[in-house]
Amino acid sequence: MLMLMSCKREERALVTQSPSLEMQRSRYEVNVASNGESARIKTWFDRNSWSMAQGKQLYDAYNCVGCHAHGGGGMGPPLMDEKWIYGSEPQQIYGSIVYGRPNGMPSFHGKIPDSQVWPIVAYVRSMSGLADQSAANPRDDHMKGPLPPSSVPESTPHEVSLPNSAEQPR
Amino acid sequence: MNNSADIIQSALNPAAVEAAHIARLWWIFFWVTLLIFALVTLALVFAFVRHARDATSEPQIIGEPDARSQSRTAAVVWSLVAMTVAILFALLIIDFFTGNKIYAAPDANALGIKITGHQWWWEIEYQNPQPSEIVATANEIHVPVGKPVKFELQSVDVIHSFWVPNMHGKKDLVPGHPTTTWFTATRAGEFRGQCAEYCGEQHAHMRLVFVAEPAPQFDHWLSEQKRSAPEPASDSARRGRDIFVSRQCVMCHAIQGTNARATLGPDLTHLASRKMIAAGELPNTRGYLAGWILNAQVLKPGTQMPPTQLGADDLNALLDYLESLK
Repeated sequence: MLMLMSCKREERALVTQSPSLEMQRSRYEVNVASNGESARIKTWFDRNSWSMAQGKQLYDAYNCVGCHAHGGGGMGPPLMDEKWIYGSEPQQIYGSIVYGRPNGMPSFHGKIPDSQVWPIVAYVRSMSGLADQSAANPRDDHMKGPLPPSSVPESTPHEVSLPNSAEQPR
Repeated sequence: MNNSADIIQSALNPAAVEAAHIARLWWIFFWVTLLIFALVTLALVFAFVRHARDATSEPQIIGEPDARSQSRTAAVVWSLVAMTVAILFALLIIDFFTGNKIYAAPDANALGIKITGHQWWWEIEYQNPQPSEIVATANEIHVPVGKPVKFELQSVDVIHSFWVPNMHGKKDLVPGHPTTTWFTATRAGEFRGQCAEYCGEQHAHMRLVFVAEPAPQFDHWLSEQKRSAPEPASDSARRGRDIFVSRQCVMCHAIQGTNARATLGPDLTHLASRKMIAAGELPNTRGYLAGWILNAQVLKPGTQMPPTQLGADDLNALLDYLESLK
């Protein structure tokens, strides 16, 4: 039984056909005719853990971390909460990445190909729990979080002597 | 021109001090085990023949063996056991001394090369205390003959294994746990390396070109690699550079001397000087390069290199530029 469970491999979104037409079409469908197609894209990428893992890798590689941190935000808004300035639908997040948004979010049009934008969108959605929980990454690649209090090395409090320059002027 | 795809990777054709020790050990094991195999086969044939001869004669009633033949059997069995133990120990001792020679600490002046494994290519960095003298390249390692080289191995994703059979045994690249290996090439030549730990879909296409060359030639190569990319000479190449730095190429690749400084993909500063592209999978020709740029997923499904939308003129300009990166 255990061996049978591993029979069906999850499909991967490898772009093997010629890119030009296919990509223009997908962009058109998402922005103009966003009805049936966007629903399909949404379900497909949100349920594909390989795509989300790719998206996470690209999120780091393209320095999204620089402004949004690992979802906690910084110079840019946090991505792991439920507040979405420009919408949480996949095509809206796609729009934010590809065309940019006022006050800081740059446009990655022509810089990040569509085949990579969609996995990033899926990963961004997974950060706030919008992606399918059965497909979202169950663990992180890196260690994170502070040590539990019981593991913090013991230290004795000591008197702090301020340098002269730090004294209050009289 | 040497086509590196024709080069046979063989641990029995050593081109380094370490590989020679390993090859010698292999041959000792081979001859010893071959001899034992021949003796066992002979004994087996002898037993068959004797049985066949006995079977043709009158059947005999075999009684209890007498004490003399019993002690003779015991002597044969015990001497064979003792011989087995002695041979195994002898091989163990030879093995120990070979290991001792291979893993003797390298010269403190060894040339340092840092190799970082990626799915599915090798990032190569020639170490130097001067940061400006560090050379970054990919999938092609040059070393001087006769000088010890120390490799610092690390990985950014999964476990890979660095293996140039003509030089040394395998050494794993473990994420978060740097490892080292070292060897001294003894003869010049072009060899091939291969990832030796299954690392995903394109594991079999994660190769590298390994060039051992005389010291003066190596020094020349290294000094060439230190230079920034030359300024494009033709209009077409200039246009190609503009395309490179304004399109998606710039998101992952670096070309020293331009604004392209990303480190996700291979450093392309001296792309045209390399023999192969796609981690030793394809020869570095204009045609393969064009195919690789337009849709690498067809040539190497799963690679991080995305497809690129380019018109024919833009593609030609980009290729002109990339081919000028000697």
